[in-house]
Amino acid sequence: MKTRLPRKRKVHLRIRVNGETHEVAFAPHKTLLEVLREDMGLTGTKHGCELGECGTCTVLIDGEPQLSCLVLGLECEGMDIITVEGLADGPQPHPLQQSFAELGAAQCGYCTPGILLASKALLDEDPNPPRDRIREALSGNLCRCTGYIKIYEAVELAARRLKDPKAEPSREILRGYEV
Amino acid sequence: MSSPRPFKTIGHPVRKIDGLSKCAGVTKFADDLVLPRMLFCKLLRAPIPHALIRKIDTRRAAKRPGVFAVLTGKSLPVPFGILPVSQDEHALCPDHVRFVGDPVAAVAAVDEDVAFDAMNAIRVDYEPLKEILSIEDAIQNPEPRLHDYGDDGNIHKKVSLEFGDVAKGLAGADQVFEDTMYFEGNTHLPMEQHSALAAVDPDGKLTVWSSTQTPHYVHRALAKVLEMPPARIRVIACPNGGGFGGKSDPFNHEIVVAKLALMTGRPVKVTLTREEVFYCHRGRHPVLMRVKTGVRKDGSIAAMHFKSFLDGGGYGSYGVASTYYTGALQTVTYQVPQYRFDGVRCFTNKPPCGPKRGHGTPQPRFALEVHIDKISERLGIDPAEWRLRNLQPANSLTANHLRIGSMGLGKCIEKVVRGSDWRNRFRRLPFGRGLGLACSSYLCGAGLPIYWNNMPHTGVQLKLDRGGGVCVFCGEIDIGQGSDTVLAQTVAEVLGIDPYDIRVVYGDTDLTPVDLGSYSSRVTLMMGNAAIQAAERARELLAQAAAEKFQIPVNRIVCAGGRVFDAGDPERGMTFAEAVVAAEAKYGTIGTVGSYTPPVSHGKFRGSGVGPSPAYSYSAAVVDLTVSPETGWITVNKIWVAHDVGQCINPVLVMGQVEGSVYMGLGEALMEEQVFRRDRHGVHKFPSLLEYKSLTTMEMPEVVTYIVEDPDPNGPFGAKEVGQGPLLPIMPAVANAVYDAVRVRVDEVPITPDKVLKALQSPSKRYGPTRIPEVTLPEPIRVPTPVEGGDGRAAGGEGERKKKPSGASAGVSP
Repeated sequence: MKTRLPRKRKVHLRIRVNGETHEVAFAPHKTLLEVLREDMGLTGTKHGCELGECGTCTVLIDGEPQLSCLVLGLECEGMDIITVEGLADGPQPHPLQQSFAELGAAQCGYCTPGILLASKALLDEDPNPPRDRIREALSGNLCRCTGYIKIYEAVELAARRLKDPKAEPSREILRGYEV
Repeated sequence: MSSPRPFKTIGHPVRKIDGLSKCAGVTKFADDLVLPRMLFCKLLRAPIPHALIRKIDTRRAAKRPGVFAVLTGKSLPVPFGILPVSQDEHALCPDHVRFVGDPVAAVAAVDEDVAFDAMNAIRVDYEPLKEILSIEDAIQNPEPRLHDYGDDGNIHKKVSLEFGDVAKGLAGADQVFEDTMYFEGNTHLPMEQHSALAAVDPDGKLTVWSSTQTPHYVHRALAKVLEMPPARIRVIACPNGGGFGGKSDPFNHEIVVAKLALMTGRPVKVTLTREEVFYCHRGRHPVLMRVKTGVRKDGSIAAMHFKSFLDGGGYGSYGVASTYYTGALQTVTYQVPQYRFDGVRCFTNKPPCGPKRGHGTPQPRFALEVHIDKISERLGIDPAEWRLRNLQPANSLTANHLRIGSMGLGKCIEKVVRGSDWRNRFRRLPFGRGLGLACSSYLCGAGLPIYWNNMPHTGVQLKLDRGGGVCVFCGEIDIGQGSDTVLAQTVAEVLGIDPYDIRVVYGDTDLTPVDLGSYSSRVTLMMGNAAIQAAERARELLAQAAAEKFQIPVNRIVCAGGRVFDAGDPERGMTFAEAVVAAEAKYGTIGTVGSYTPPVSHGKFRGSGVGPSPAYSYSAAVVDLTVSPETGWITVNKIWVAHDVGQCINPVLVMGQVEGSVYMGLGEALMEEQVFRRDRHGVHKFPSLLEYKSLTTMEMPEVVTYIVEDPDPNGPFGAKEVGQGPLLPIMPAVANAVYDAVRVRVDEVPITPDKVLKALQSPSKRYGPTRIPEVTLPEPIRVPTPVEGGDGRAAGGEGERKKKPSGASAGVSP
């Protein structure tokens, strides 16, 4: 057994994540996803395929939802990156986090970080999105648990709460339909 | 749900106790765990589907810098498998590979890249064998055998059961209908790729963290294969990023990292790539089916004969149970007085099939519900009406000796019929638009454990803190369905406290009592009953202490709203924490336990282990869709679904399970296929999330969910399952709606546009299989039905279920 490390040169750079500037050293071929998870300990960003197919690793780069598995860490110098860890305002969850938890929009919770960030980008752009706009904005994010319906309802509730913090979900959303 | 409820938390939309953690990205899934000095593991997998291993040369890999260990099957000779009757897997294949993706060697290295390069430096010399890639292949080619066990050549299992006299029943029927149907295989596709981390502490204890639905079975497999005392092994199940049955088997990679950790003395982690997840599989069996039903003039069923042929893939997995399940639940929805089931499972050189949501029952349910749609049409009876007339009654025994308790299917049908305006729209919509109805039922946990024994299926332990906090320990694992929340709500209800004052400790073989795992929709019912027992025992201690303090009879004490008080004078009371203090002063440390064992099943014949359950859930669905006659393209407009959950524990979670089941069922109905290239040596056709089609937000239709509550005396507070049942009616409801829209039958799942077009162009207006293979079956085990006076035993004492002593291994009944 040899314990000598293979020769590999790390790059050293500053990236701004969740409003804080970090100095990180990582192998130059690493994706932003790997840099976040492995070199910065920000494991809130998940991976589902690492091929750009499922949307699980979505983060915001300069406000745009991007697949962190398809972006090299090297490309991110000077960019503003938001991950799920940066959504809350101190101890106060973002209205999207609150409504996702309340309405069961996070079941296993694995696709949730990516969907929350894609939803935040949508609400930042359109504070009152119709259902079809939400569907379109989330069409690149796969979820195997929810059937997406609770996710739409949670995005809609968060949108309402951003205007009226007292907004409440309907009876059907909380207890099912009557006939 | 309008009636006033006596419950404080049960039945209410309580936010999941881990909901905000999941939304903050704080929940630690297996691959999020990092330990100091951790190595990474990669598995080398077979590139051809069937071969003998002549030689493995690991020298070049072992010499690479950064490589700490290289492992082959020689070091792990003990076989394992989820069922005691099919211990046919090895952590690494010692001499024979049985599917593309079967692992043959592993490396542990300083990082993933080094491990990957080292893995590719391993040379394996294979001697290719004939490839068995279909049910037909397996039946026609008894040699070369995939395994040296099984019923016949490459046929893994043959079963034949007869309840009553089916030949006589068919002969006496007014009309006999026959259909041949096919259900293509598909896979779970959890968003989280399987991951496991193993570490050995210097005092000799091995810990394995894994994304598993069944930590107890992983514990057993590790002890067996590593030949270590179970007391030295701790398995911790991490929250699963989706399971759906795909993380229910003990897996090669879990054993391999444990072995590598023992060899290197360092923590070792493995995380599968998405492609590897497709090859691990254990998903829905492809099943070819024939159903023959004799009906009387009034439409009622006189007798039914159901045959199924399962394409099992390379290993046993849960397959023997899956085989029985393709014949077990046909009888629990509509009355079938005489019933025969023949099942055949084949070994093929493809990734092993196992349990996926609905385990072995969605395929026959598809066949049955389409078959009934056809029968109703031929008889001129509305299919909703036919079902309402022929319901299996509540509190009854079926022909195959399954005990039905509460049965809310009638209410479910009425809800979806009214919601969809069925009576005015069915068969009355313009060409191209259709409505289809189907129903189903599912187990609330298997009546018998995988390893037959006399012990409980689940245990719950409570520890009450002087500050009023309650810690609940249970081996269950939350796979997204919300079982942690169900557990907290259940305990909170009994003790009258806030569910957020409860901490749940789950899925840890050192810390928590055994729960068999998150499969077969068993957790709410079984864990719930155990939790009620543990909580009632704790409540009794608090009540005794409080009664003594207030000098009143104990039966006047109530625990509610975070207080313990006198029902006759609610002002006289104390806080829950004060009651714990009083009880602790009186009795010492307050801890209680509860456990649950299902009722003894009625059937006593061989094979009766599969099918019995403490209760059955029921669902009905109506699908509204549009079919383009030019392209065959199906657009689903809306789905109405009603599910009898017995008693709702948490309506938001119940709806989440219903909607998620509808989603997954619709994927199976329209597009999901786990298929392999015959002309490319059995490689997966599309092992990627892009090419393996699943519904995105753009395809998912509106879903109207009705929660039906028909409480079952065996359920906790009357609750039944909801995680799997509502998936089952979706595939047949889509098929029936396609027929209503364009009058063609696609007797095969998935129902893709090309199949619809082929059916439209064919003279028979049908697409689907026409024949089934010839297989010699054993004489059926004949069991008189309850109506005939049968007591659940086979006729003449033949085919008795083998009696095994406690702890012995013979069962086949997840």
